[in-house]
Amino acid sequence: MKISKEKFGQSFDALTADYQIIAPIADVNGVNYQVVKNFSEVKQDYLNSKLPPKSFLFPQHEKLLSYKKEGKDVIVKNELKVGKTVLFGIRPCDAKGMLLLDKVFKNDAYTDPYYFERRDNTVVIGVACNKIAPTCFCSSMGISPSSSEGSDIFLIDLGDSYQVEAVTEKGKAIAASLVELVELTTEEQAQVDTIKNAQTTSKVDVATITSKLGTMFNHAYWDTLQEKCIGCNACSFSCPTCHCFDISEEVRKNEGTRVRTWDGCMSPLFTLHGSGHNPRNKHEARWRQRMMHKFNYFVQNNGDIACVGCGRCIKSCPVNLDIRQAIDGVNKAELVVE
Amino acid sequence: MNSIISDIRETARQLLADGKVDVVIGYEKGSLPLKATPCFVRSPQDADKLIWDETCENNLAAFATKTAGKKAIVAKGCDSRALVVLMQENQLVKDDLYVIGVSCQGVIDKKKIEAETGEILEAIIAEGKLSVKGIACDKEFNFIDVKDATCQTCRYPNPVIEDIHIGGSVEVPQQTVAFADVIEMENRTDSERQAYFQEQMKKCIRCYACRNACPMCYCSECFVDCNSPKWLTGGVDRAENLLFQAGRVLHLAGRCVDCGACSRACPQGVDIRALNRKLTKDVSEMYHHEAGISEEVKPALNVYSADDPEAFLVKE
Repeated sequence: MKISKEKFGQSFDALTADYQIIAPIADVNGVNYQVVKNFSEVKQDYLNSKLPPKSFLFPQHEKLLSYKKEGKDVIVKNELKVGKTVLFGIRPCDAKGMLLLDKVFKNDAYTDPYYFERRDNTVVIGVACNKIAPTCFCSSMGISPSSSEGSDIFLIDLGDSYQVEAVTEKGKAIAASLVELVELTTEEQAQVDTIKNAQTTSKVDVATITSKLGTMFNHAYWDTLQEKCIGCNACSFSCPTCHCFDISEEVRKNEGTRVRTWDGCMSPLFTLHGSGHNPRNKHEARWRQRMMHKFNYFVQNNGDIACVGCGRCIKSCPVNLDIRQAIDGVNKAELVVE
Repeated sequence: MNSIISDIRETARQLLADGKVDVVIGYEKGSLPLKATPCFVRSPQDADKLIWDETCENNLAAFATKTAGKKAIVAKGCDSRALVVLMQENQLVKDDLYVIGVSCQGVIDKKKIEAETGEILEAIIAEGKLSVKGIACDKEFNFIDVKDATCQTCRYPNPVIEDIHIGGSVEVPQQTVAFADVIEMENRTDSERQAYFQEQMKKCIRCYACRNACPMCYCSECFVDCNSPKWLTGGVDRAENLLFQAGRVLHLAGRCVDCGACSRACPQGVDIRALNRKLTKDVSEMYHHEAGISEEVKPALNVYSADDPEAFLVKE
């Protein structure tokens, strides 16, 4: 079924009454997700946003609670304020990224209320990629430029209209509010088929990377891989699945807040203990951790590789340390029998 | 292959074969079009990886302090100035360093190109022109138009120190007005400047790529990472971002060699250099000092002068 963009725009604008809508817009820094009030603001032909939409579920800087000492009492205030949100124009890689973040913030022992309060109140409207960047490799990660996994509603952009697929119950409720859904013409169906068949041309081989990494904790590869890395967090902060954070207190006299901020494994401070000991004191160990976490530990813990092939880390790296080459390097690394 | 590349390779090969250095730090072809990537050559046969062109944008002096052993470094003018400052600040020992100097025509600002062509699929550089195939459109550029902003005002394209020079030298362009860009910024009203920097700081994600790409940022603990006392929260808002950048810029006063590595490293396109350039101009005017142009000239903040603009310092 399809809907004309004109009609879709009307439904979109109507949604702003009940939802905060986050969508890609063109700003001074390329295309990024921001709050929009009107469908006309939405950027249509974009490869992918510069930064992933994860910050709308997991903000870079988030007040968890605030507290105030009054006499002998401590008044604690929950700072979580969440409204209903639509994330519009999410690419398949980022939608999958959110499914992976779900696994991080919910496990047998703990469900993170801050993340899930937002997550449960969020509807994801995904859009297939009509153009594929040379740095994209989602097809190698079991996703595809037209995969609807992780979206509540999935759209395929046909120029003047969208093909609409309601994926989840949440999505069906929103889809029901879309008026004038009509059948696709034969030509449009052919267009949909072409988009659905497209795969990324850039490929990496991750077939055996998890088991291979399991044998590589002590391997000389880490010494050479990390050498040109300058140790910034441009890769982690632009990654839709990186989720490490720090919790700290900001205190002034009798009151304070507890905040959660993004952190990244490339920073030496990340693992610095209060004692002064740092178990990952060398950059080699930090790069090993980055690879292990994404391609080994995460798989062991959650059953998936924590990389969706969006290519943002490749584009944002100041020294062109390309994760695809890092993966190839693991594949080619000679096994050392200890 | 041009003769500069073959000469760099041959020099690297000889240095390694003769055991004069343990490693040659240079550039190799990157995985993306118009992108070189730093490389570390440790055996003579690997020297063939080395390249040299207008994509060699990183300041390799940033790796000099982190790489153990005797090292040779392929150095542009700005890289060599950074090496001078690092030696003056006792971060590098001259005997451990071999500078392969190469004069630089400037490096390419990829962001400028991508703003017009979209993501770059393929590119060819030849005779001052770039033919770029982009995802949005194909376009031809004159190199001069897409040269990095830093290189457009560069007065040190030729290395200031070197053990060997590869290729010819580049004529130093005569500037009509020194620091024209800073003067333009100074002439704006306070509110215009504030608006400009607020817009810039809004983009910063505090990944610290600028700091880490900078050869002069080698503190074992940066003030932003210090958690006792805690100067900054690590959060991203314009005030905190500006405090981080302002703190860094002040720390670089008289030390910044204006290589532009910070701005090029920034994934968010923050105009970091606008702050650094202002300090460079101030230090130039007040202390008549330019960082890293000579091993003999002492750093601005390390000398006493009776001409010091702060009158209280020279009171008899």
